[in-house]
Amino acid sequence: MLRSRSRAATTRLRPRAVALALAVLLAAMVFALVAGSGELGWQRVLGELGAQLTGTTSPLSEREAAIVWELRMPRVLLAGLVGAALAGAGAAFQGVFRNPLADPYLLGAAAGAGMAATMVVVFAPVVTGWLIGPLPLAAFAGALGGVALSWLLGRSAGGSGTATLLLAGVAVTAFLTAVQTFVQQLNTDTIKQVYTWTLGGLNVTGWRDVWVALPYIALAAVVLCGSARLLDVLTLGDAEAASLGIRPGRVRLVLLAAASLATAAAVAVSGLIGFVGIVVPHVVRLLAGASYRVIVPLSLIGGAVFLILADFVARTALPGELPLGVVTAFAGAPFFALVLRSSRGRTP
Amino acid sequence: MTALHLAGVSAGYGTSPVVRGVSTEVDSGGWFAIVGPNGAGKSTLLKTIAGLVPHEGEVNLDGAPAQSLSRKEKALLIGYAPQNPVLPDGLTVTDYVLLGRTPHLGFLARESGSDLSIVEETLARLDLGELAERKLRTLSGGEQQRAVLARVLAQQTSVLLLDEPTTGLDIGHAQALLERLDRLRREDGTTVVSTLHDLTFAAQYADELLLLDDGEVAASGKPSEVLTAQRLRDHYGADTEVLRTSEGHPVVAPVRTTP
Repeated sequence: MLRSRSRAATTRLRPRAVALALAVLLAAMVFALVAGSGELGWQRVLGELGAQLTGTTSPLSEREAAIVWELRMPRVLLAGLVGAALAGAGAAFQGVFRNPLADPYLLGAAAGAGMAATMVVVFAPVVTGWLIGPLPLAAFAGALGGVALSWLLGRSAGGSGTATLLLAGVAVTAFLTAVQTFVQQLNTDTIKQVYTWTLGGLNVTGWRDVWVALPYIALAAVVLCGSARLLDVLTLGDAEAASLGIRPGRVRLVLLAAASLATAAAVAVSGLIGFVGIVVPHVVRLLAGASYRVIVPLSLIGGAVFLILADFVARTALPGELPLGVVTAFAGAPFFALVLRSSRGRTP
Repeated sequence: MTALHLAGVSAGYGTSPVVRGVSTEVDSGGWFAIVGPNGAGKSTLLKTIAGLVPHEGEVNLDGAPAQSLSRKEKALLIGYAPQNPVLPDGLTVTDYVLLGRTPHLGFLARESGSDLSIVEETLARLDLGELAERKLRTLSGGEQQRAVLARVLAQQTSVLLLDEPTTGLDIGHAQALLERLDRLRREDGTTVVSTLHDLTFAAQYADELLLLDDGEVAASGKPSEVLTAQRLRDHYGADTEVLRTSEGHPVVAPVRTTP
């Protein structure tokens, strides 16, 4: 009797929870693909999906089918990848810093990417024919550079503790933002372009962006899921983690590197999309428990669902396209407040 | 048999060590208590044995120098519970105790059924079975201390280092916890090294006392030998009388010199 009871008390990633999450993800993808193709008609797109699955004749013309598979589909997948990256990285950051307010941009990833993107917009000549444009490349390098700078600064200031690292991140963010603002101020004609990038969006994407971002995000996802248990051990504090045979400094380095790689890849293809990294892990935590063995994998899936739906809203809510970062905050904040309220009401 | 052997151990964080030149031996299967006034270096000495503080001198575990062991090998030999353990928010008692199995797992390994069985067994031994699903932070002080003890016991080490295991407990809860710990360590043949601020409890449960003052060993031996009114005046600055219980254990009673 006792046996079965405490078995149930273990927070584990249950197959049923994963299956449910994946089913929701699939539903969100199909919904975004079908309902988001306004001018083609949702019944016809659904018919195309059915035709692809069963091998029958599609109701769409070849050109219309190309719109579905070459424009809509990669965009939905990219939204999923970016959402997974930001939410997974957010969960890792919250675990590493043992702080519920930590997000993937905390250590200068956003500021580094922002500064590098500004530099490219202002100074770099327009180039074409590269596999990746100079802007995503700069954003990727800038994001990783910002985090690396924070890490080095934190280390040189002493210790492998998180408080120093956090302060180093604040310093690096302030510095890089200052540089960006200064450069922007001298080149006011480019402000709109930089500003648009900063607000985030997926509006010019084909399969290329998916292939560019996928390897980094997949690698990071594997590392984060694999070391989710170590995040639980880190919550005990450094002394106890060390007494359990863990090297806290090394674990933090691996986790932050993986999370920052995912963040940089996401920033490179989508600009700065806020709120996903904080809201998704929190919702998962409130719904599924406090163990990172559950939070990390479900955040990856939940982030994908969230951003796919947010991107759907961004491109369909108004005649023009809304900045994705605006949608995530506008829709995410009230939803978060609601979940927070109901869960706090349940367990005082 | 000797479970722990310290020779000329100095340890601390800055330039001036907190613990200086400590040499002692801890018998296998015994209960060894480190006592001393506030700031004497009791916790630092315990952390030094756990390998959490840089130190000079020799620390031998089961005859092997501690430096030759990896962090993980050490974690399989020594369990450590700090005075104020972090109790992660939202974690259930079972999940918390399961963390004690960490050194037994591979780098990315999941807990196996046997790890879960060990956790269940440990929870049952500490009467925590009914609380297995509860959130750690919703427990009472005594239950939390038991959960911490369960986590260390689930580590299944031959040596337990416990820093003030009765912190914040009233006399009844403290006694219950120490009784339970005494029973479990006898059943398992575990060596216990603990700091204890209550000298009467220390005298009742420990086989040996080490009196630490200002980082150095002031006295060590059987509790009845170590605890004298003179030493308590010298090292604690306390006016006391050392009485005896009906079983002959020393009881440290403070006395007032000025009425």
